[in-house]
Parts: sequence; structure tokens; C-alpha cells
Amino acid sequence: MASKPVEQLDSVVIRFAGDSGDGMQLTGGRFTSETALIGNDLATYPDFPAEIRAPAGSLPGVSGFQLHFADHDILTPGDQPNVLVAMNPAALKTNLNDLPPSGILVVDKDAFTDRNLTKAGYGGNPIEDGTLESYEVHAIPLTSMTIEALKDIEGITKREAERAKNMFALGLMSWLYGRPTEGTIAFLESKFARRPEIAAANVKAFQTGYAFGETTEAFAVQYEVKPATMKPGLYRNITGNQALAYGLIAASVKSGLPLFLGAYPITPASSVLEELARHKNFGVRTFQAEDEIAAVGAALGASFGGSLGVSTSSGPGIVLKQETIGLGITLELPLVIVDVQRAGPSTGMPTKPEQADLLGVMFGRNSESPVPVIAAATPSDCFDAALEAARIAVKYRTPVFLLSDAYLANGSEPWLLPDVDAIPPIEPGFAEANGEDFQPYRRDEQTLARPWAIPGTPGLEHRIGGLEKQDVTGNVSYDPDNHDLMVRLRAQKVAGIAQDIPELEVDDPDGAEMLVLSWGGTYGSVAAAVRRVRGAGKKVAHAHLRYLNPFPRNTGEILRAYDKVLVPEINLGQLQKLVRAEFLVDATGFNLVRGIPFRAGEVADAIGAMVDS
Amino acid sequence: MATNGKLSAKDYKTDQEVRWCPGCGDYAILAALQSFMPELEVPKEKIVFVSGIGCAARFPYYMETYGMHSIHGRAPAIATGLATSRPDLSVWVVTGDGDSLSIGGNHLIHALRRNVNIKILMFNNEIYGLTKGQYSPTSPLGTRTKSTPMGSLDWPFNPLSLAIGAEASFVARAIDTDRAHLTQTLRAAAAHRGSSFVEIFQNCNIYNDGAFDFVREDKENRIYLEHGKPIRFGAEGKKGVRQRTDGSVELVDVTDESELLVHNAHHVEPSAAFALSRLTQSTANATPIGIFRDVERPVYDDLMAQQIATAHAEQAGDIGALLQAGDTWTI
Ligand SMILES: Cc1ncc(C[n+]2csc(CCOP(=O)(O)OP(=O)(O)O)c2C)c(N)n1
Ligand code: SF4
Ligand SMILES: [Mg+2]
Repeated sequence: MASKPVEQLDSVVIRFAGDSGDGMQLTGGRFTSETALIGNDLATYPDFPAEIRAPAGSLPGVSGFQLHFADHDILTPGDQPNVLVAMNPAALKTNLNDLPPSGILVVDKDAFTDRNLTKAGYGGNPIEDGTLESYEVHAIPLTSMTIEALKDIEGITKREAERAKNMFALGLMSWLYGRPTEGTIAFLESKFARRPEIAAANVKAFQTGYAFGETTEAFAVQYEVKPATMKPGLYRNITGNQALAYGLIAASVKSGLPLFLGAYPITPASSVLEELARHKNFGVRTFQAEDEIAAVGAALGASFGGSLGVSTSSGPGIVLKQETIGLGITLELPLVIVDVQRAGPSTGMPTKPEQADLLGVMFGRNSESPVPVIAAATPSDCFDAALEAARIAVKYRTPVFLLSDAYLANGSEPWLLPDVDAIPPIEPGFAEANGEDFQPYRRDEQTLARPWAIPGTPGLEHRIGGLEKQDVTGNVSYDPDNHDLMVRLRAQKVAGIAQDIPELEVDDPDGAEMLVLSWGGTYGSVAAAVRRVRGAGKKVAHAHLRYLNPFPRNTGEILRAYDKVLVPEINLGQLQKLVRAEFLVDATGFNLVRGIPFRAGEVADAIGAMVDS
Repeated sequence: MATNGKLSAKDYKTDQEVRWCPGCGDYAILAALQSFMPELEVPKEKIVFVSGIGCAARFPYYMETYGMHSIHGRAPAIATGLATSRPDLSVWVVTGDGDSLSIGGNHLIHALRRNVNIKILMFNNEIYGLTKGQYSPTSPLGTRTKSTPMGSLDWPFNPLSLAIGAEASFVARAIDTDRAHLTQTLRAAAAHRGSSFVEIFQNCNIYNDGAFDFVREDKENRIYLEHGKPIRFGAEGKKGVRQRTDGSVELVDVTDESELLVHNAHHVEPSAAFALSRLTQSTANATPIGIFRDVERPVYDDLMAQQIATAHAEQAGDIGALLQAGDTWTI
């Protein structure tokens, strides 16, 4: 068969959208794996409803998966798709606005029944009534073609045949972008190993979709995206929550401290609990508690006993943990608390990202209760951020907050695997009886950390508690000056960590007058925005904070070096408030709180406008 | 220097001044524990007392072991993490009726159902002592306190019924001033592997003096439970406990001992223990003292340790291999 002309593209954003039951996450995941193997750089963003199975065909039931892949290094899953695959009218309705004019639209024509159209709130059929005029529409009878292709496969029901339509769509897209097929075939065979007929059906649907692309006249060209030049090494694709779990395991291995996770299920943090529960062979103890208070309490109890105590949650659960974190602060025990932020307040939008817990984790406890705060920047950075949170917690005997968000948690990117032997060890430095009198609050002169004397150590029996403690002895004390001293010591200890973390780096190739200061999960969109602004010939500097408390020691110096400072955040200006208060700089905010990641384009517009102002 | 069993009560006293009100029942309990500790034959450094907040919860400061005075209601959760991660320790929780049954009720019931290896001593004084005398979840209906000047409106918990309902595997009651029996109960609680729940009637002579006089003062109303024996009490054992056909129990004057309920603390079914827990001051003006229930059940910490051992035996953790699992590619 004569092959079609191949057109080169430097990057593509594809979005699969369908009903929660249509298998869009699986489809997206497979396309991602195929893409990774080609060597494109990529970034993904799954976007799914909180409801497990909202009514079939309904708008709230739409589940989407967006993938950006390119022949160069990219930073985000893309602002807008170039290609939208919509498996039903509801998916079309909720996603069409994002597709730019002349974008490629693939729809399953069979799903556009009167019933489904009504459920999606369409008066007429958009395929026929001109609604889609400005797009390159491919209305394909995906369902009936799938059923037809599978008619000779024995032992499957019509419904099972129909359900393979996502693989037809995947096959078609795999052809369109020249993805390899072997991996998906092997994957389907192993996934459905116990039902070979289902495996066969899915493989057949996938291959039929691929062949359809080759033969149909509807698609005149095939596209190619060449591999990206990336740093050499061994790569895998990884989501933020998986990386975070691995980072915690690595911290346990590197410190020799057994990992104890206390958690109560909550979106979007649950998959860290689930991932860690699979790794008991590392001595990992996962405790699914009765609530978030018990979860963090158990983690703190385990820390007291010499484990690396960790508690993972999201906003509503973090709020419940705060009293115990306050106890951890005064007990001065290591503890890592992970907040995978989601849109709030209250239950908010559980599956959607936000950055609005920053002030809560900084200040949401009674009294003066400082906690170091670290925020991961990208999905794979969750690994390093988790390791770093554990290092600081252990070294300084303090609870540490690690911030992630729903976007980092579920989003994925290729990860150049670290050399695990090169990761420095974390020294627990447990106290041991040495003949001198033991004082539980006698501090290390340099770090101000107190000794960590764990039960089972002969001669170091001592009591600690939430009542204020006398300096050095740790005995209960109501002395006014002692309290003032202890408040200051706890604050100084945390502030001193600034000497132990890297300086803030500025990306400023052109000597700009304006700085963009970002933090956490918006790294990708902001960095991409900065590139665009520079591409348009304007000068702008960018610095990204991973450490929010304490700030890197040169932060003030950097902020003061620029005439204008813009702080883009998915909240109403929380970092902006902190830097204004701390450094007296007139930082401006760029804030959109929609429960979706920033689009690089809108950040670029804001930066561009400010550069010009 | 590792310690051994040859210690005495004074080895378990700390240099901290004990700050309970003079005459408080907590003193007697502290003394009983300090003299019982050497008997445990667990090195001092392997003993940990964890408490919440309340008068009772000051306890760890006075025990020369490891200890943590934590936050209100959360001691069972904290102790769960400690005991689960350190099966080598002897972990004790000291809590009050408010601490364990109000703010910490959730943690208590879940620790009991999991059967975590912790010993929970609940000092019941039917009042909030530390906050100066508000009614508690064990105060009888109508209790007049500063926060309930016209009498409390809420029906109290029966702590032992609650513990039994929460699947507790060891449930007992003791009295602060009955040193010999309290020590015996502590001994059994310590010997039990899993969660032990011991309610200790504790007199708060400041805010709720005499709450337990019906058994503290009047020993004839103490129904001492002994495993395997017909339940008799009162002067010369003239009274006894009989089980009705519906499973509940009643007090009778003993005429025929064979009619009496024979106490079986090891019965798998908790029904009889539950029925006994319903004998209270208000229902019977007498109440059972001793071990209601003592059964073996899988222990949470042991099960977790086993899973870890199994997983480890199948394949020891290797971080490099973990990171490389799944689809990888080389550039
Ligand atoms: C979160 C929180 N809420 C309230 C309190 C105040 N508080 C301290 S002790 C206590 C009640 C203690 O009663 P109980 O547990 O019966 O102990 P007792 O003092 O009677 O021994 C209360 C309400 C607190 N410390 N923390
Ligand atoms: S208030 Fe009551 S319980 Fe508290 S120390 Fe005084 S007597 Fe004891
Ligand atoms: Mg009380």
C-alpha cells in the first residue's frame, strides 16, 4: 500500500476525552508510553471527575487526558490541544472551547445519538448543523467499526466489543503520529492475560484503528515528531505521586530509618498511600488510620520511636492535622507532612489543582509554630523534594511540610533516573548515653537541633510533652523569660535552615528589569511563558522557589535587584503577601483560581504587559 | 547501662514534683504502677507511657521511663504508631474519661478493634478535672456542674460496654484504692498481647468527690469477677449474678449456686461480658470489678510485622531496581 506523505511537526498536543467509562486514562497512558519510547519529550495532564461513574453520557462524567510531546524540551502539557478526540457529545461539549480554529477533531459519530445529544445539552447534532465548521472534523463511526472488526472474535459480548472502541481510537492516533505499536499490544496481552478473548478483541480493535488510518482517505497526511535531544541516560515516565512515594522510600533507605506512613484516603493524595503500601519489602509500614488526626498522630508516635514518620493528605485533612503538627514542633521530632493541594475551600473541587494552602501550612496553627515548607516544582521533582523534606526533618528534628498539588500528583513527564548511589546519606544521629547527664533539650550549637533519644536506649529515659519546656532540661516550665527564649529558639532553628539550602537561582540571560517569581507546581507554565516572552524579544528574569520557609538566603537580594516583580500563583496572592511582608518589595500578583493549571499563554500575556508597562 | 528486673518502685519515680491535688485518686494509681513496674521484667528503657491531656494525663511526667504527654484525646493514635513501629516496646496509654471518650473516642474504638499492642488505663472520675469541673461523657444524666447548672442532658457512655462493643480483646475494671486488685489487673493487662482496656474508678476529691463511694467505701457492692467461678459477692458471698434467658444478668440472693453465672473471661462471644458491664450503680447499685474479657485475637502490630517479613523474604527492597521497574528507555 502506498504510504501517505509525512509532515514534520515540532510539537503536538493531543487530548483524549470521553465518558468516565470509556477508558480515556488508559488510552492516554498508552499513547504516553508509546511516545516516551520514541524519545520525544513529553508532559501529561489527566483531568478526571471526582465522581467515580457519573451518569453515562453526562457532562460531569467526562474524563480527559492531555499529552504534549515534542522534538525539543517542553515544560507543560500544553495550553490548547491541536487534536481533540471526543468519544461522545458530552466530551465534545466540555472540551471544544479549548480547541483552536482549524484544530483536528476526531469524534465517534455513533455516539451522537438523540439521547446522548440531549444529555449533553445539544439542541441539534453539532456534526451536522455547522457548529464544527471551523475545525478539521473527522466524524468516524468508531463504535460500529469496532464492533464490525470484532465480530469474528468468539466469547465476547457485544458490549465488550463496543468497549474496545477506545483502542480503535488509540490505534488511529498511533498511526497518525507514527507511534510504535508493539508496546501496546504486549501491554494489552498482559493486562487481559486471564481473558485472552478480551485481549484479542482489544488488540484487534487497536490494529484495526491503525489500519484504518493508513487506508482511509479522511487523513491525507501522517505526522512525525522527531525525538528530542535530551540528556543521555536511562529514562522512565513518572507521575508526581509516584515520584513522591519513591522519594520517601529513598529517604528511608538513605537514612536507615524505617518509613512509617500514616494516612487517611483523600483525593488527590491517596495514590501515595497506595503506592507505598506496595513496597513493604523496604520495611515500609503503611497505616490507614481512622482519620487524619490519627494518621499524623501515629506518624509522630513512630517518629518518637525512631522511624521516619510521614503523613500524606490534602487540604481538608491537613487542617485536621495542624494540632498534632504543633505538638511535633514543640516535641522537636522529625515528621514529614505532605499536602497534595486541591481546590477549596472545604471539599472544593477534589480532583483539581490549586496553590492556596501556602499560608495555611505556614500559619494555620496556634501560636508561634514555625515549620519548614518545601514545594515540588514538577512531577519528577516530587522525588527530590520528598528526599529533601526528609533530610531537613531528620537533621533539624522538626515537622516539615512538603507541598504538591493535583496537577503534579497525576501529571507525568520523562524522568532521567538518578544515580541512587550518589544520593548522600541522611544521618539520624540518635543520642546515646555517654556518661554525661542527658538533657533532652540541649541543642546542637550549629543546627539548634535537640537530641533524638529513642525508647530502647538505656539511660536516656525522659519525658517530653506539649507543655512548654525549660530550655536544656525539657522539664515543664511556666517561666515567662524561658517561654520567650523557647519561642525564639524554635524560630531561629527553622530560620537557620536557610544556611543549609541552595541559594535561589535566577534565570536572566539578558539582564532584565523585571523578575517573575513562581513557586510549586506552576514551574512549567511559568517557565514556558518566560520563554515565549523572550521569544517575542522582551527581557524578563525568572526565579522559582522550592523552599518557602525559610526562603533561600539570597531571596531578598534578588527581589530587590529588579524594578518590577510579578508573582503568578493559583491563589489570591499568598506568596506575594509573604515576600512583601518579608522583603518590603512591591510584588504584583497574577492570580487565576480556576482549578486548572496556568496556561503558558496567559502567563506570557501578563508578563509581556508588565514588561511593557 | 541496661537495667534488669531487680528494680523497686522508687526506680520509677522521677525528680518532678507530683502536682495533683492532695487526696486525688491519681496518687494511689501512680503508686500502684510504680511498684508493679519492676514485676513487668521489661527493661525500663523499653517502657513508654503516652498520655493525652487532663489531670490523669500528667502521669508520664512522674514515671521514670520514656514518656510523651501529647494532646487531648490522641494518645491511642500516637501509641498505635509507636507500638506498631516498635514491637519491642511495652507501650502504655494513660487517659481520662474526657480524653478517651469525648475528644478521643474515635481513636480509642479504633485502637481497640485493631488490637494494637497497647495497654490503655482509663482513669474515670466522671468529670473534667483539669478544666475545673465540667461534666464528662461518663457523668450520669442530670449531673450538675458549672457547665450544667440545671443538670446534664446527655446520656453517659458505659466505658466497658463501649470497649466490648468496639471489639476489645481485654477489658477490665479496677478501683484506685484497691491496690492489691489493681496490681493484679495490671499484671493481667500487661500479660495480654493486644489492646488491654482497664477502667480505673478514680476519685476526684475536688470536683466530683464520692462518685464511686458505692464501691470504694462499700466493699460489699464490689462484684469481684474470677474466671471459671460462679459470680458471688456481698457479705459472705450471699449474693450472686444470674443470667436471664434473654442473655441479660440480674442480682439474686444465692440459694442454689448452680443457678449462678459462671464467669468465663475467655469466651469468644462477648455477650456475657457485655451483660455484666450493664451492672452499674444506677442499674444494680453494685458493679463488677476485675477482668470481664480476655481473649486472643490477631494483633495489628504482629500482622504488620509479618507482612513486612513476607514481602522482604520474597524480594528485599532495592531502590535502584524500584526506580527502573516498568517501561524505561535509554537516550
Ligand atoms: C483540643 C483541646 N480541647 C480542649 C482542651 C481542654 N481540656 C484539657 S483537659 C480536658 C478534659 C479532661 O478531662 P479528663 O480526660 O476526664 O481528665 P481529668 O482531668 O478528669 O483527669 C479538656 C476539655 C485541650 N487541652 N485541648
Ligand atoms: S482536679 Fe480532681 S482529678 Fe484533678 S488532680 Fe485534682 S482531684 Fe485529681
Ligand atoms: Mg475525668
